[in-house]
Amino acid sequence: MSDTEAKVGSSGEVGDGLARSTGDQPAGPAPSADGHGPSLVDDPTLSPVTDDVAVSHHTHTPVPVVKGHTAHPDATTTAERSPARPAVSGIKLAKIRHTQDRIFRGLAGGSGLAIVLLVVFVGIFLLALALPSLLANQDNFLTSRNWTVAGNELRFGIAGLLWTTVLSSVLALVMSVPVAVGVALCLTQYLHRRASGPVSFVVDLLAAVPSIIFGLWGLTVLGPFLSPAAEWLIDNVGWIPLFSRSVDPKGSVFVAAVVLAIMILPIVTAISRDVFAQTPRDHIEAALALGATRWEVIRTAVLPYGRSGVISASMLGLGRALGETIAVMIILTQPAPNSPFTPSIFAGGETFASKIANNAAEFDSPSKTGAFIASGLVLFVVTFVVNAVARIIAERGHATS
Amino acid sequence: MTTNRLATRTLSFAALAALATFGLAACGSDPTGSAQPASGPEGGNGSGLGCPDGQLSAEGSSAQANAITEVIANYNGQCGDKATIEYNPTGSGAGIKSFYNGLVDFAGSDSALKTEEKDGVVEADKAKERCEGNPAWNLPMVVGPIAFAYNLDGVDKLVLNAEVLSGIFNGSIKTWNDDKIAKLNPDAKLPSEKITVFFRSDESGTTENTTKFLSKAGNGVWKDEPAKAWTGTGEGKNKSSGVAEAVTNTKNSISYMEWSYANDNNLKMAQLDSGSGPVELTGEAVGKAVDEATVKGSGNDLALDLKYAENAEGAYPALLVTYEIVCSKGLAADKTAIVKDFLTFFSSEETQGSLEELGYAPLPEAMLTKVKTAVGAIQ
Amino acid sequence: MSASSTTQAVAFQRPSGPRAVKNVLASVYVIAATVLAIVPLAWVLWSVISKGFRLLLTSSWWLQSQRGITPRREGGGAYHAIVGTLEMALICAVIAVPLGVLCAIFLIEYARGTKLARAVSFTVDILSGIPSIVAALFIYALFITIFGFGRSAVAVSLALVLLMLPVVLRSTEEMLKLVPDSLREASYALGVAKSKTIIKVVIPTAIGGIMTGVVLGLARVMGETAPLLILVSYAVGINFSPTADTMGALPTMINAGRDQAPQLPGYERVWAAACTLILLVMMLNLIARGLARASRLKEK
Repeated sequence: MSDTEAKVGSSGEVGDGLARSTGDQPAGPAPSADGHGPSLVDDPTLSPVTDDVAVSHHTHTPVPVVKGHTAHPDATTTAERSPARPAVSGIKLAKIRHTQDRIFRGLAGGSGLAIVLLVVFVGIFLLALALPSLLANQDNFLTSRNWTVAGNELRFGIAGLLWTTVLSSVLALVMSVPVAVGVALCLTQYLHRRASGPVSFVVDLLAAVPSIIFGLWGLTVLGPFLSPAAEWLIDNVGWIPLFSRSVDPKGSVFVAAVVLAIMILPIVTAISRDVFAQTPRDHIEAALALGATRWEVIRTAVLPYGRSGVISASMLGLGRALGETIAVMIILTQPAPNSPFTPSIFAGGETFASKIANNAAEFDSPSKTGAFIASGLVLFVVTFVVNAVARIIAERGHATS
Repeated sequence: MTTNRLATRTLSFAALAALATFGLAACGSDPTGSAQPASGPEGGNGSGLGCPDGQLSAEGSSAQANAITEVIANYNGQCGDKATIEYNPTGSGAGIKSFYNGLVDFAGSDSALKTEEKDGVVEADKAKERCEGNPAWNLPMVVGPIAFAYNLDGVDKLVLNAEVLSGIFNGSIKTWNDDKIAKLNPDAKLPSEKITVFFRSDESGTTENTTKFLSKAGNGVWKDEPAKAWTGTGEGKNKSSGVAEAVTNTKNSISYMEWSYANDNNLKMAQLDSGSGPVELTGEAVGKAVDEATVKGSGNDLALDLKYAENAEGAYPALLVTYEIVCSKGLAADKTAIVKDFLTFFSSEETQGSLEELGYAPLPEAMLTKVKTAVGAIQ
Repeated sequence: MSASSTTQAVAFQRPSGPRAVKNVLASVYVIAATVLAIVPLAWVLWSVISKGFRLLLTSSWWLQSQRGITPRREGGGAYHAIVGTLEMALICAVIAVPLGVLCAIFLIEYARGTKLARAVSFTVDILSGIPSIVAALFIYALFITIFGFGRSAVAVSLALVLLMLPVVLRSTEEMLKLVPDSLREASYALGVAKSKTIIKVVIPTAIGGIMTGVVLGLARVMGETAPLLILVSYAVGINFSPTADTMGALPTMINAGRDQAPQLPGYERVWAAACTLILLVMMLNLIARGLARASRLKEK
């Protein structure tokens, strides 16, 4: 009985709970591609749109949106009349089986706990394994560009890896986000709803292509294609260190970044699309009523509303680019060890992930494995920070809207 | 809306059905009677093979992967697929480790079992443990010549030696028309372009053996220890195919790779002069170098010390030898039978000869006899 | 005065010069962006399909393995790789789906809005951010280094669990949130216990979306290469045992084969395997979409 009462009490959060669901980044499918979630039941109080005004758009008799603890009176009274005393004679109410409830609750809670423990364990475990190698390291882990892990003298550092990883991912982000925002705007503001379905399906299909195929394609098809453009850039702006000539452009960070940009495009597009689709219609209509052109509507109503969502989408895309392994491994040229540092985007390099994968067959000794685990741990931490920032931005943006 | 729903329903059901069909195709099988290559060894069981049944698993060097897969296929062709032999090219180090941990029945390795301690382990001792106290033998089976492939317009014959190669690969020789190169090639029109060097970015036995060759024969120009990871200059590409593709598409470049990759990509290869004049890379020339090697193992353990410098006339000195590391005794009887039979097939003249078109050199006669004796002595 | 005559009397002005120009530029930009987004997809698909589809049309591709086939020979197929990929994904799903669904139930039904839920949600976010290589490294360190097991397909599946779990969990969470509370309340009103409500009322309502999440998760893990590189060796023959240390899979078939010269028959098989993988993953995505649409329509 206490369970049921508690449940009813919390049903006052109905409106809030559903409202909250709109802002979270869906890692899974976005069933509400059209912006208004499925109206599961013809009940306007349960429209997922946050705005109270939305209720008036439905043609049903408006029922006040349930917010706060003004719960349905019927539900309360039913709960108060405990199942022990049947409300209507002749109806036998089943006994509430506490054991089954407890078991199920235990199972659910247990799996939640298991997942938390798992994540914590992953972090601690990796740290524990990396620690011996880190302590035995004779170079500064964060600033050294060496990587000598075979044998007894360990000298390794992640400076080179960090640079290449960050450079390729940031470059990918810079190339991908403007395109993704453009596509999302097109899908939500420009295209008719019927057309936007197939187009967004096609863009989502990009996410379905496995990364090894992107790596293969990037190396054999895209690399040669981008070579002339790269050569042109090097010839004309090569005096800027960022664009200076380094290795054969086909295997450069530039090509890898383009492939990464293509790979993270669907993620950023999907989330941005969802965010833009949830721009309150009345904001848009108000702008239109003031005589704004379509672009001005976007500029004044859609983009400000969706800004935090787009930023958090970009962060998620960045996280994905940071962890991409096989495509980068296939494309990037490795620079000779001890070669001097070059900030050029046309240089080769190795990212955390590609270095680990490249040497996967040779995890001979614990110290060697520990060094690779240490670099994996750094990648983990960087990705975690990026994702945390994304979440904070999303939540803060949500709170203000 | 109903037609729409019908359309999407049918679409998803169709997709589901297709998936189910693939699932129902659980009656897949291994390809049987796969087409024999034109130059495969012929003759049914007349070659004296016992063709026992059973399963064999092996792991190790990727340099011999092409050879051993072809030989396994031919062996199965001869024996009617009675034995299942799996070879996994995980790398020499991993192969040896799996061997002495009892996970595989024999290993393929580019270097013989080490007799000194490394990383807390003496490989030879561990292998002996695995073979129940009997020594493990290193049987050289596949000779892989290392080609130095280059891309230079107008230069069809390039003569190099280990010292000059060391200079090129460690960056001290920077342009093609350097004096040191010109001295060996007085007739060639060498351009003044920069030399682009490519190397293997993934750890590889080919790198290790190339650097062994450079450090032993290079007169001290190559200063680093031989290692699986490259320590010289240049641009690293993933896998031999990456390196070969890079040399093919980049002018004025040079790199090291297995002979088969240079052949398959139609790359020009340098001739090596190890003191007796330039030698072109041919199976025979490599065989001469193998003949000059000293056996550092005892009895039937044929671990070799290759001679990289000052070779006899007509010998091509840059090569790697892949050993099959087997228990001389102590492996389960049924597996031993297959190992013995398979290695007999492997060490036959026809099989060795057939390896040449794959880019390997056949074992020369003297060495081959020793190997055959050793195989025969496996119990 | 009727509304229409009011509008007729007012002359609407077009937006002035610069505004109109900006509007057009924006439209051009947006359309260009969309085209730019579709071009790489079409290009990749075209490259892969044009190079690889020929072998997919033969029956031997689907029914035979690569045993005994060398890069220089024609023949054989991808059966071992297809089955291996499916098997590892299925083992992963068996572990990840119950875990994910139960945890989502916990987050939504039992602890919605509490601090505990926020903490769990936070850790799930961390989990979703783990790169596949780190997940593979973790399983390698745990199972192979510490526990001493050898490489196996089960290890790969465990690493894939870490990757599939957040997908399933998040989508189940979203779907459970969308189930209206009135359904739950009606069930409680009839005196049904909470656990039974969840099992008999909430889950069936949300099942479409949950299945969508599962299928999308499967599609994601089937394409992962990093765990395969580290945790299992590629087998060319048929091997169904999940505890053996070799198993074929499509990504590693591609990876193992790409080290060949382009003119050898083995090279074409690499593209054919890539084509097969794309086909598999896209079919799963189609199924996911079909399920999502079907469940949405059911509600109406």
